[in-house]
Amino acid sequence: MPIYNLKVNGKQYKADVAADTPLLWVLRDNLRLTGAKFGCGIGQCGACTVHADGKAIRSCLLPVSAVQSSAITTIEGLSENGDHPVQLAWDEADVPQCGYCQAGQIMTAAALLKRNPKPSLQEIENTMHANICRCGAYHRIREAVQSASKKIK
Amino acid sequence: MTTTAYKNSRRDFLKKLSVTGGGLMLGFRWFSAEAEVPVILNNSNWSVVPGFNSYLSIATNGMVTIYSPNPELGQNIMTSFAMIVAEELDADWTKVDVVQAPLDTKRFERQLTGGSGAIPHSWKRLRNAGATARYLLVSAAAKRWNVPMEECATADGFVIHSKTGSKLGYGELAEEASKMSVPADVPLKNRKDFKLIGKPIKNVQNKNIITGKAIFGLDFYREGMVFASIQRPPAFGTKIKSVNATAAKAMPGIIDVVTFKNNVAVVGKSTWEVMKAKKVLKIEYEKDGNIESTSDHDKIFISLLNGDKVKERRKDGDVETAFKNAAQVIRNEYQCPFIPHNPLEPMNFFAHVREGEVELIGPTQTPGSARKAVSDLLKIPEDKISVTITRLGGGFGRRLKFDYVLEAAELSSIIKMPVKVIWSREDDMMGGSYRPAVRYRFEAALDANGNLIGYKCRGAGINVENCVRQDNFPSGAVDNLLIESAEHISPITTGAWRAPVTNFLAFAEQSFLDEVALAVKKDPIQFRLELLQKAKNNPVGAIKYSIERMETVIKQAAEKSGWGNKKGIHQGFSVYFSHASYVAQVCEVVMTAGKPVVKKIYAVSDCGEVINKSGAMQQVMGAVTDGYGHAMYGKLTFKDGEAQQKNFNEYRLIRMKEIPEIEVHFIDNGVDPTGLGEPALPPTGGAVANAIFKATGKRLKNQPFIDEPVFKSV
Repeated sequence: MPIYNLKVNGKQYKADVAADTPLLWVLRDNLRLTGAKFGCGIGQCGACTVHADGKAIRSCLLPVSAVQSSAITTIEGLSENGDHPVQLAWDEADVPQCGYCQAGQIMTAAALLKRNPKPSLQEIENTMHANICRCGAYHRIREAVQSASKKIK
Repeated sequence: MTTTAYKNSRRDFLKKLSVTGGGLMLGFRWFSAEAEVPVILNNSNWSVVPGFNSYLSIATNGMVTIYSPNPELGQNIMTSFAMIVAEELDADWTKVDVVQAPLDTKRFERQLTGGSGAIPHSWKRLRNAGATARYLLVSAAAKRWNVPMEECATADGFVIHSKTGSKLGYGELAEEASKMSVPADVPLKNRKDFKLIGKPIKNVQNKNIITGKAIFGLDFYREGMVFASIQRPPAFGTKIKSVNATAAKAMPGIIDVVTFKNNVAVVGKSTWEVMKAKKVLKIEYEKDGNIESTSDHDKIFISLLNGDKVKERRKDGDVETAFKNAAQVIRNEYQCPFIPHNPLEPMNFFAHVREGEVELIGPTQTPGSARKAVSDLLKIPEDKISVTITRLGGGFGRRLKFDYVLEAAELSSIIKMPVKVIWSREDDMMGGSYRPAVRYRFEAALDANGNLIGYKCRGAGINVENCVRQDNFPSGAVDNLLIESAEHISPITTGAWRAPVTNFLAFAEQSFLDEVALAVKKDPIQFRLELLQKAKNNPVGAIKYSIERMETVIKQAAEKSGWGNKKGIHQGFSVYFSHASYVAQVCEVVMTAGKPVVKKIYAVSDCGEVINKSGAMQQVMGAVTDGYGHAMYGKLTFKDGEAQQKNFNEYRLIRMKEIPEIEVHFIDNGVDPTGLGEPALPPTGGAVANAIFKATGKRLKNQPFIDEPVFKSV
């Protein structure tokens, strides 16, 4: 099997896996970064969302062979101390219920605010619509994205 | 800082109980204060945690560790349990750490998550645990100061001597307190002195969750473990005829392919490799029972409802005569499909079976039953089986079943390796244990004056022993009443789904009550209040709900929603009593481009004392969203025994743009708390359906609503 060089959360890693292995499973099984979750495997739920060069991607669909040149950021690397504005807003709004989807939600929201620090309510809803929260914490997710947007100068 | 004076401490009722037999033991803090990565307590490290029947320990540095026995799946039990203990302890909440305990039936009772039962079960036990510790700390301080306990008070992790102003931290007293006599009974706080209970307190696991450090079952990893993906029969009512695993075995990373019962397990070195190899298995299946489709179920319902294979669940008065004498009879039927639970974390479990002992680690709502089942299967005594509870990525009832624990244990015993079995979403959605499909027939007899003189409900369900709740309202308020149920046994497996039975029964009942109110030309809320008044004045048979508490939530919901006074907004009402709590809801619908749009839902809940205001709000909003989402979109159909919706591209879950505004209120009555994980879900479908009827004149009779004509045509 080929060896892939990956840059994840600022560190270099090597992974000896098949070319079609989705990034999600390389992160989880090989690099032991389990913050990104497996929910559906077909890019429908967003639990696996990570950043590639700052953009939100569904790591369950993207083969490792396609991401070698990108800088990958997972929830573990979003901030040093869990103090990214989105993470702080998430805590303040007391968003999580079971918490399983939250890494994906946070990564989706963080990418949105990087691209557009002052999104309208409609833009927030259009973006966050792609992520499923089975517990139905959507009201607080929306509130947290809005308040994170206010925190970003 | 507000202090709590030490009152009612009567030494004469002190019994010389040993610490181990009493409430709890204080000990040194087991985790370092610096520990950042959440630790999973398993059998080996749990055994060194001090205490028996223990909920807490206090370190010499004052840090309080509270052990949370019940599985955490988003009901936020780790926070509310700890709040109750910390309240009675008068702990400094910023110095409280909460840790998930493993299964330990010697220390804890009812270590399960289900039925919204944890808080009512543990309320007094947790208060006692905290109050006992506080007693011991105060008595240690009093002894050191040589003063009576009555002169001492506590606040924020300190014992204070009021006369001298001396202060001692709990940490300084912990060791001494652990040697004091444990009292048989301790005074509890008066609710007016509560400092934590009733306040909005953030989830104690927030930091771990938002940084990706929380350990769910799927995240657990043990060096040397292997991964497995299991092919189960895709259709219910079939079994394996032959297996050809040659191609799968030749795939990279595959260690073995093992067939047991109706499972073909692909075992390998990584998740992706076993998932991939599973797809090239060649398995033939043959018939092993009824092979059913949704179209068969539709016919089965009709024959059950028209047949005589029904069980009488409750009979009051003379129903036959009432219906014979009726001036008018209203009749309608309502139907709900199967739905899967779909917790976002798919089923998974780690098992390591060794000679005569088993280690189980993963997400389960019922660790005790899972252990018993593994013990029965492998003939290994329960005390040789440890169960470590990880965080659960949702449950909704699915993880009350332990099929996925058993198969992991069985596989490990066959391959003699530590193994993690991982289900795909398709495995999960096709794998059964669904909310049963049901159909209800309701009939109401009205006299010439529009009085409800007779009421009948007959339910037909697939794999649900009793699909009615015979003692729920309006039982007790109708002179002549008959509640019956019928069941069809099917190979399609079913199980408890958040608010079992009432999650769909409430929609049907509350819709039908609205139909009756309309027929007698009464306001739907007034109609229900009059029925309750009748139940109060002339109760019929046993009444197993509180009329007063139901009246209160109804009136509050009417008031908060401005019932009947809004122009251009169509309101629908619903009220339900389940899991010992009362919830009334008003749904508001507006017509947009000729179609009804659900804008807002008001929910007024009486769950007694609200422990955590933030968590409670979240449970109600989540339950209403869940109830609305599934009533609106949830549908699992079958063709030749096989589920037709296999992943989220085919099975629709509610998403952000579809949520209505939700306004949450609680009744502040100080009654001992009851559960809140489920009770706010059942009323939602009925409130929505009744509001849509108000807006369109069209009665929604089947779930999911989105398939009903009112949403199809303009």
